[in-house]
Amino acid sequence: MPKHASILFATRMTTLLIGLAAQLPLGMTPMGVGQAILERAPSETGSANIVTSVVLAYRGIDTLGELAILFAAATVAGLVLAPSIHAGNEAKARPRDDAGLVLRAGSDLLFPLLLSVGFYIVLHGHLTPGGGFQGGVVLAAAFFVSFLARPARQPSHVGIVLIEALAGAAFIGIGLAALFGGGAFLQPVLDKGTLGQLVSAGSLPLLYLAVGLKVGAELSGLLAHLAE
Amino acid sequence: MNPPDLISILILGGIGLVAIGAVGMAVSRHLLRLVLALAIAEAGANLLLVLAGYRWDAVAPILAGAGATQPMVDPVPQALVLTAIVIGVGVQALAVALLIRVKEAYGTLDIRELKTLVEHEICGAAGIAPPESANAPGTRQPYPVPAASRESA
Repeated sequence: MPKHASILFATRMTTLLIGLAAQLPLGMTPMGVGQAILERAPSETGSANIVTSVVLAYRGIDTLGELAILFAAATVAGLVLAPSIHAGNEAKARPRDDAGLVLRAGSDLLFPLLLSVGFYIVLHGHLTPGGGFQGGVVLAAAFFVSFLARPARQPSHVGIVLIEALAGAAFIGIGLAALFGGGAFLQPVLDKGTLGQLVSAGSLPLLYLAVGLKVGAELSGLLAHLAE
Repeated sequence: MNPPDLISILILGGIGLVAIGAVGMAVSRHLLRLVLALAIAEAGANLLLVLAGYRWDAVAPILAGAGATQPMVDPVPQALVLTAIVIGVGVQALAVALLIRVKEAYGTLDIRELKTLVEHEICGAAGIAPPESANAPGTRQPYPVPAASRESA
Protein backbone atom coordinates (compact mmCIF):
# COMPACT_ATOMS: atom_id res chain seq x y z
CA MET A 1 0.00 0.00 0.00
CA PRO A 2 1.28 3.51 -0.74
CA LYS A 3 0.47 4.61 2.82
CA HIS A 4 2.77 1.99 4.30
CA ALA A 5 5.48 3.02 1.88
CA SER A 6 5.20 6.67 2.96
CA ILE A 7 5.32 5.77 6.65
CA LEU A 8 8.39 3.66 5.94
CA PHE A 9 9.90 6.65 4.13
CA ALA A 10 9.17 8.93 7.11
CA THR A 11 10.76 6.48 9.56
CA ARG A 12 13.84 6.04 7.41
CA MET A 13 14.19 9.81 7.01
CA THR A 14 13.97 10.27 10.79
CA THR A 15 16.66 7.65 11.31
CA LEU A 16 18.82 9.37 8.72
CA LEU A 17 18.37 12.78 10.39
CA ILE A 18 19.18 11.38 13.83
CA GLY A 19 22.23 9.63 12.39
CA LEU A 20 23.41 12.87 10.82
CA ALA A 21 22.75 14.88 13.98
CA ALA A 22 24.70 12.37 16.10
CA GLN A 23 27.84 13.04 14.07
CA LEU A 24 27.70 16.85 14.32
CA PRO A 25 29.72 18.73 16.92
CA LEU A 26 26.63 20.12 18.61
CA GLY A 27 26.87 23.27 20.62
CA MET A 28 30.39 24.01 19.37
CA THR A 29 29.56 24.65 15.75
CA PRO A 30 32.53 25.84 13.72
CA MET A 31 31.69 29.26 12.31
CA GLY A 32 33.39 30.21 9.06
CA VAL A 33 31.30 32.95 7.54
CA GLY A 34 29.60 33.73 10.83
CA GLN A 35 32.82 34.61 12.67
CA ALA A 36 33.93 36.95 9.90
CA ILE A 37 30.54 38.66 9.86
CA LEU A 38 30.54 39.04 13.65
CA GLU A 39 33.93 40.74 13.50
CA ARG A 40 33.22 43.03 10.57
CA ALA A 41 29.50 43.81 10.79
CA PRO A 42 29.46 46.46 13.55
CA SER A 43 32.08 48.62 11.83
CA GLU A 44 30.79 48.03 8.30
CA THR A 45 27.06 48.59 8.82
CA GLY A 46 26.83 50.34 12.19
CA SER A 47 23.96 48.09 13.26
CA ALA A 48 23.92 46.69 16.78
CA ASN A 49 21.74 43.76 15.71
CA ILE A 50 24.00 41.62 13.58
CA VAL A 51 21.14 39.52 12.21
CA THR A 52 19.73 42.74 10.77
CA SER A 53 23.01 43.56 9.07
CA VAL A 54 23.06 40.04 7.58
CA VAL A 55 19.46 40.30 6.38
CA LEU A 56 19.62 43.80 4.95
CA ALA A 57 23.25 44.45 4.08
CA TYR A 58 25.09 41.20 3.37
CA ARG A 59 22.05 39.40 1.97
CA GLY A 60 20.01 42.40 0.82
CA ILE A 61 19.20 40.96 -2.59
CA ASP A 62 17.91 37.77 -0.92
CA THR A 63 15.55 39.91 1.15
CA LEU A 64 14.34 41.60 -2.02
CA GLY A 65 13.64 38.13 -3.47
CA GLU A 66 11.86 37.16 -0.27
CA LEU A 67 9.64 40.23 -0.56
CA ALA A 68 8.94 39.26 -4.16
CA ILE A 69 7.86 35.77 -3.05
CA LEU A 70 5.58 37.22 -0.39
CA PHE A 71 4.17 39.65 -2.95
CA ALA A 72 3.54 36.80 -5.42
CA ALA A 73 1.82 34.69 -2.75
CA ALA A 74 -0.41 37.59 -1.66
CA THR A 75 -1.27 38.48 -5.26
CA VAL A 76 -2.11 34.91 -6.26
CA ALA A 77 -4.18 34.37 -3.11
CA GLY A 78 -6.11 37.55 -3.94
CA LEU A 79 -6.55 36.33 -7.51
CA VAL A 80 -7.78 32.90 -6.38
CA LEU A 81 -10.15 34.37 -3.81
CA ALA A 82 -11.44 37.22 -5.97
CA PRO A 83 -15.25 37.01 -6.08
CA SER A 84 -16.39 35.49 -9.34
CA ILE A 85 -19.06 37.17 -11.49
CA HIS A 86 -21.82 34.88 -10.23
CA ALA A 87 -20.90 34.91 -6.57
CA GLY A 88 -20.26 38.66 -6.46
CA ASN A 89 -23.89 39.71 -6.10
CA GLU A 90 -24.60 37.21 -3.35
CA ALA A 91 -21.61 38.29 -1.33
CA LYS A 92 -22.63 41.93 -1.51
CA ALA A 93 -26.24 41.16 -0.61
CA ARG A 94 -25.27 39.25 2.51
CA PRO A 95 -25.36 41.66 5.46
CA ARG A 96 -22.31 41.67 7.72
CA ASP A 97 -23.15 42.22 11.34
CA ASP A 98 -20.78 43.91 13.71
CA ALA A 99 -19.25 41.78 16.41
CA GLY A 100 -20.37 42.17 20.02
CA LEU A 101 -19.64 45.08 22.31
CA VAL A 102 -16.73 43.34 24.03
CA LEU A 103 -14.89 42.63 20.80
CA ARG A 104 -15.55 46.13 19.41
CA ALA A 105 -14.37 47.90 22.57
CA GLY A 106 -11.39 45.56 22.83
CA SER A 107 -10.37 46.21 19.24
CA ASP A 108 -10.65 49.99 19.72
CA LEU A 109 -8.38 49.65 22.73
CA LEU A 110 -5.93 47.31 21.02
CA PHE A 111 -5.63 49.14 17.70
CA PRO A 112 -3.40 52.07 18.81
CA LEU A 113 -1.38 49.79 21.11
CA LEU A 114 -0.71 47.29 18.34
CA LEU A 115 0.17 50.09 15.93
CA SER A 116 2.70 51.63 18.31
CA VAL A 117 4.21 48.25 19.22
CA GLY A 118 4.44 47.36 15.54
CA PHE A 119 6.18 50.60 14.58
CA TYR A 120 8.46 50.30 17.63
CA ILE A 121 9.56 46.81 16.54
CA VAL A 122 10.05 47.98 12.95
CA LEU A 123 12.06 51.08 13.83
CA HIS A 124 14.25 49.36 16.44
CA GLY A 125 15.09 46.49 14.12
CA HIS A 126 18.75 47.50 13.97
CA LEU A 127 19.08 47.73 17.77
CA THR A 128 16.94 45.03 19.37
CA PRO A 129 15.51 41.67 18.33
CA GLY A 130 12.82 42.28 15.77
CA GLY A 131 12.65 44.19 12.54
CA GLY A 132 10.52 44.77 9.50
CA PHE A 133 9.07 41.30 9.12
CA GLN A 134 8.15 40.83 12.76
CA GLY A 135 6.82 44.37 13.19
CA GLY A 136 4.96 44.14 9.90
CA VAL A 137 3.05 41.12 11.18
CA VAL A 138 2.06 43.08 14.31
CA LEU A 139 0.87 45.98 12.11
CA ALA A 140 -1.19 43.55 10.02
CA ALA A 141 -2.68 42.13 13.22
CA ALA A 142 -3.73 45.64 14.29
CA PHE A 143 -5.74 46.13 11.11
CA PHE A 144 -7.11 42.60 11.16
CA VAL A 145 -8.44 42.91 14.72
CA SER A 146 -10.43 46.00 13.77
CA PHE A 147 -11.60 44.21 10.63
CA LEU A 148 -12.85 41.26 12.69
CA ALA A 149 -14.70 43.55 15.08
CA ARG A 150 -16.38 45.56 12.29
CA PRO A 151 -16.65 43.40 9.17
CA ALA A 152 -18.81 46.02 7.45
CA ARG A 153 -16.05 48.63 7.55
CA GLN A 154 -13.50 47.02 5.30
CA PRO A 155 -10.01 48.35 4.79
CA SER A 156 -9.80 49.86 1.33
CA HIS A 157 -8.02 47.57 -1.07
CA VAL A 158 -6.73 50.52 -3.08
CA GLY A 159 -5.03 51.99 -0.03
CA ILE A 160 -3.44 48.65 0.87
CA VAL A 161 -2.13 48.15 -2.65
CA LEU A 162 -0.82 51.73 -2.72
CA ILE A 163 1.11 51.35 0.56
CA GLU A 164 2.48 48.01 -0.61
CA ALA A 165 3.60 49.37 -3.97
CA LEU A 166 5.18 52.50 -2.49
CA ALA A 167 7.05 50.50 0.17
CA GLY A 168 8.35 48.06 -2.42
CA ALA A 169 9.41 50.94 -4.65
CA ALA A 170 11.15 52.60 -1.69
CA PHE A 171 13.14 49.42 -0.97
CA ILE A 172 14.32 49.20 -4.58
CA GLY A 173 14.85 52.97 -4.69
CA ILE A 174 17.24 52.87 -1.70
CA GLY A 175 19.09 50.04 -3.41
CA LEU A 176 19.33 52.03 -6.65
CA ALA A 177 20.48 55.12 -4.76
CA ALA A 178 23.39 53.09 -3.39
CA LEU A 179 24.10 51.85 -6.90
CA PHE A 180 24.20 55.34 -8.38
CA GLY A 181 26.17 56.62 -5.41
CA GLY A 182 29.08 54.52 -6.56
CA GLY A 183 28.50 51.39 -4.50
CA ALA A 184 26.80 48.06 -5.14
CA PHE A 185 23.04 47.49 -5.30
CA LEU A 186 21.52 47.68 -1.79
CA GLN A 187 24.87 48.53 -0.23
CA PRO A 188 24.27 50.45 3.02
CA VAL A 189 24.52 54.19 2.42
CA LEU A 190 24.15 57.30 4.59
CA ASP A 191 25.98 58.09 7.81
CA LYS A 192 26.49 55.12 10.14
CA GLY A 193 26.16 57.23 13.27
CA THR A 194 26.90 55.94 16.76
CA LEU A 195 26.44 52.24 17.41
CA GLY A 196 23.31 51.68 19.50
CA GLN A 197 21.58 55.00 18.77
CA LEU A 198 18.11 55.04 17.23
CA VAL A 199 19.32 57.13 14.29
CA SER A 200 22.26 55.05 13.20
CA ALA A 201 23.23 52.27 10.80
CA GLY A 202 22.68 54.43 7.73
CA SER A 203 19.96 53.22 5.40
CA LEU A 204 19.16 49.97 7.26
CA PRO A 205 16.28 51.41 9.38
CA LEU A 206 14.80 52.97 6.24
CA LEU A 207 14.98 49.61 4.46
CA TYR A 208 13.37 47.89 7.44
CA LEU A 209 10.63 50.53 7.54
CA ALA A 210 9.87 49.79 3.88
CA VAL A 211 9.89 46.05 4.62
CA GLY A 212 7.60 46.52 7.62
CA LEU A 213 5.04 48.59 5.70
CA LYS A 214 5.11 46.18 2.79
CA VAL A 215 4.72 43.06 4.96
CA GLY A 216 1.98 44.72 7.01
CA ALA A 217 0.03 45.80 3.93
CA GLU A 218 0.43 42.44 2.23
CA LEU A 219 -0.62 40.38 5.24
CA SER A 220 -3.60 42.58 6.10
CA GLY A 221 -4.76 42.40 2.48
CA LEU A 222 -4.28 38.64 2.52
CA LEU A 223 -6.20 38.23 5.79
CA ALA A 224 -9.00 40.47 4.55
CA HIS A 225 -9.25 38.31 1.40
CA LEU A 226 -9.33 35.13 3.47
CA ALA A 227 -11.99 36.52 5.80
CA GLU A 228 -14.30 37.52 2.96
CA MET B 1 25.77 6.99 28.18
CA ASN B 2 25.60 10.61 29.27
CA PRO B 3 22.35 11.98 30.66
CA PRO B 4 20.40 13.75 27.90
CA ASP B 5 21.55 17.35 27.72
CA LEU B 6 19.53 20.33 26.53
CA ILE B 7 20.73 20.48 22.97
CA SER B 8 20.15 16.80 22.19
CA ILE B 9 16.60 17.20 23.50
CA LEU B 10 16.15 20.23 21.23
CA ILE B 11 17.64 18.41 18.22
CA LEU B 12 15.47 15.38 18.85
CA GLY B 13 12.47 17.70 19.17
CA GLY B 14 13.24 19.29 15.81
CA ILE B 15 13.68 15.90 14.15
CA GLY B 16 10.51 14.71 15.85
CA LEU B 17 8.53 17.66 14.48
CA VAL B 18 9.82 16.91 10.96
CA ALA B 19 8.87 13.24 11.41
CA ILE B 20 5.39 14.09 12.72
CA GLY B 21 4.88 16.38 9.74
CA ALA B 22 6.09 13.76 7.26
CA VAL B 23 3.86 11.05 8.74
CA GLY B 24 0.94 13.49 8.83
CA MET B 25 1.43 14.34 5.17
CA ALA B 26 1.62 10.62 4.35
CA VAL B 27 -1.47 9.42 6.20
CA SER B 28 -3.87 12.38 6.20
CA ARG B 29 -6.76 12.23 3.76
CA HIS B 30 -8.05 15.71 4.57
CA LEU B 31 -6.38 18.52 2.66
CA LEU B 32 -6.38 21.01 5.55
CA ARG B 33 -4.63 18.45 7.77
CA LEU B 34 -2.08 18.05 5.02
CA VAL B 35 -1.35 21.79 5.11
CA LEU B 36 -1.10 21.67 8.92
CA ALA B 37 1.33 18.73 8.70
CA LEU B 38 3.42 20.75 6.27
CA ALA B 39 3.47 23.64 8.76
CA ILE B 40 4.61 21.30 11.57
CA ALA B 41 7.39 19.85 9.41
CA GLU B 42 8.46 23.38 8.52
CA ALA B 43 8.63 24.37 12.20
CA GLY B 44 10.89 21.39 12.85
CA ALA B 45 13.13 22.28 9.92
CA ASN B 46 13.42 25.88 11.15
CA LEU B 47 14.29 24.68 14.66
CA LEU B 48 17.02 22.43 13.24
CA LEU B 49 18.40 25.33 11.18
CA VAL B 50 18.61 27.65 14.18
CA LEU B 51 20.25 24.89 16.24
CA ALA B 52 22.86 24.49 13.50
CA GLY B 53 24.29 27.88 14.50
CA TYR B 54 24.01 27.38 18.26
CA ARG B 55 27.02 27.55 20.55
CA TRP B 56 27.19 26.73 24.22
CA ASP B 57 29.30 29.63 25.31
CA ALA B 58 27.66 32.37 23.24
CA VAL B 59 24.97 35.03 23.48
CA ALA B 60 22.50 36.38 20.92
CA PRO B 61 24.22 38.29 18.09
CA ILE B 62 23.21 41.75 19.30
CA LEU B 63 25.78 44.20 20.57
CA ALA B 64 24.72 45.62 23.90
CA GLY B 65 26.57 48.54 25.39
CA ALA B 66 30.20 49.23 24.67
CA GLY B 67 31.15 46.32 22.48
CA ALA B 68 31.57 42.62 22.05
CA THR B 69 33.03 40.98 25.12
CA GLN B 70 31.31 37.62 24.90
CA PRO B 71 31.32 35.29 21.90
CA MET B 72 28.09 35.30 19.93
CA VAL B 73 26.16 32.64 18.07
CA ASP B 74 26.28 32.38 14.29
CA PRO B 75 23.96 35.05 12.81
CA VAL B 76 23.70 33.51 9.33
CA PRO B 77 21.31 30.62 10.19
CA GLN B 78 19.09 33.06 12.09
CA ALA B 79 18.80 35.30 9.04
CA LEU B 80 18.07 32.25 6.88
CA VAL B 81 15.31 31.11 9.23
CA LEU B 82 13.80 34.60 9.16
CA THR B 83 13.50 34.19 5.39
CA ALA B 84 12.17 30.65 5.72
CA ILE B 85 9.43 31.65 8.18
CA VAL B 86 8.19 34.46 5.94
CA ILE B 87 8.12 32.22 2.87
CA GLY B 88 6.33 29.55 4.91
CA VAL B 89 3.60 32.07 5.78
CA GLY B 90 3.21 32.87 2.08
CA VAL B 91 2.98 29.19 1.12
CA GLN B 92 0.41 28.44 3.82
CA ALA B 93 -1.74 31.45 2.94
CA LEU B 94 -1.73 30.43 -0.72
CA ALA B 95 -2.58 26.81 0.17
CA VAL B 96 -5.47 27.85 2.40
CA ALA B 97 -6.77 30.20 -0.31
CA LEU B 98 -6.77 27.30 -2.78
CA LEU B 99 -8.48 25.04 -0.23
CA ILE B 100 -11.29 27.59 0.20
CA ARG B 101 -11.87 27.47 -3.55
CA VAL B 102 -11.77 23.65 -3.63
CA LYS B 103 -14.31 23.48 -0.79
CA GLU B 104 -16.58 25.91 -2.65
CA ALA B 105 -16.32 23.98 -5.92
CA TYR B 106 -16.63 20.39 -4.68
CA GLY B 107 -18.02 20.63 -1.15
CA THR B 108 -15.39 18.33 0.29
CA LEU B 109 -11.71 18.33 1.20
CA ASP B 110 -11.28 14.54 1.36
CA ILE B 111 -8.61 13.49 -1.13
CA ARG B 112 -10.33 10.26 -2.24
CA GLU B 113 -13.74 11.88 -2.76
CA LEU B 114 -12.06 14.75 -4.59
CA LYS B 115 -10.22 12.30 -6.86
CA THR B 116 -13.47 10.62 -7.91
CA LEU B 117 -15.25 13.94 -8.39
CA VAL B 118 -12.45 15.43 -10.47
CA GLU B 119 -12.12 12.28 -12.60
CA HIS B 120 -15.85 12.28 -13.32
CA GLU B 121 -15.73 15.96 -14.19
CA ILE B 122 -12.78 15.54 -16.58
CA CYS B 123 -14.35 12.50 -18.25
CA GLY B 124 -17.69 14.27 -18.52
CA ALA B 125 -16.04 17.24 -20.20
CA ALA B 126 -14.20 14.94 -22.60
CA GLY B 127 -17.35 12.92 -23.31
CA ILE B 128 -15.99 9.52 -22.29
CA ALA B 129 -17.07 7.06 -19.64
CA PRO B 130 -15.44 7.51 -16.24
CA PRO B 131 -12.62 5.04 -15.64
CA GLU B 132 -13.38 2.04 -13.50
CA SER B 133 -11.07 0.92 -10.77
CA ALA B 134 -8.53 -1.64 -11.88
CA ASN B 135 -9.36 -3.61 -8.75
CA ALA B 136 -13.10 -3.75 -9.37
CA PRO B 137 -14.38 -7.23 -10.28
CA GLY B 138 -14.84 -7.93 -13.98
CA THR B 139 -12.49 -5.20 -15.26
CA ARG B 140 -9.60 -5.82 -17.59
CA GLN B 141 -6.39 -5.90 -15.64
CA PRO B 142 -3.84 -3.26 -16.71
CA TYR B 143 -0.82 -5.48 -16.19
CA PRO B 144 0.43 -7.89 -18.90
CA VAL B 145 -1.80 -10.90 -19.46
CA PRO B 146 -0.10 -14.26 -18.75
CA ALA B 147 0.99 -16.25 -21.80
CA ALA B 148 -1.51 -19.08 -21.27
CA SER B 149 -4.58 -16.85 -21.42
CA ARG B 150 -3.17 -14.90 -24.37
CA GLU B 151 -2.98 -18.09 -26.46
CA SER B 152 -6.58 -19.00 -25.72
CA ALA B 153 -7.77 -15.51 -26.66
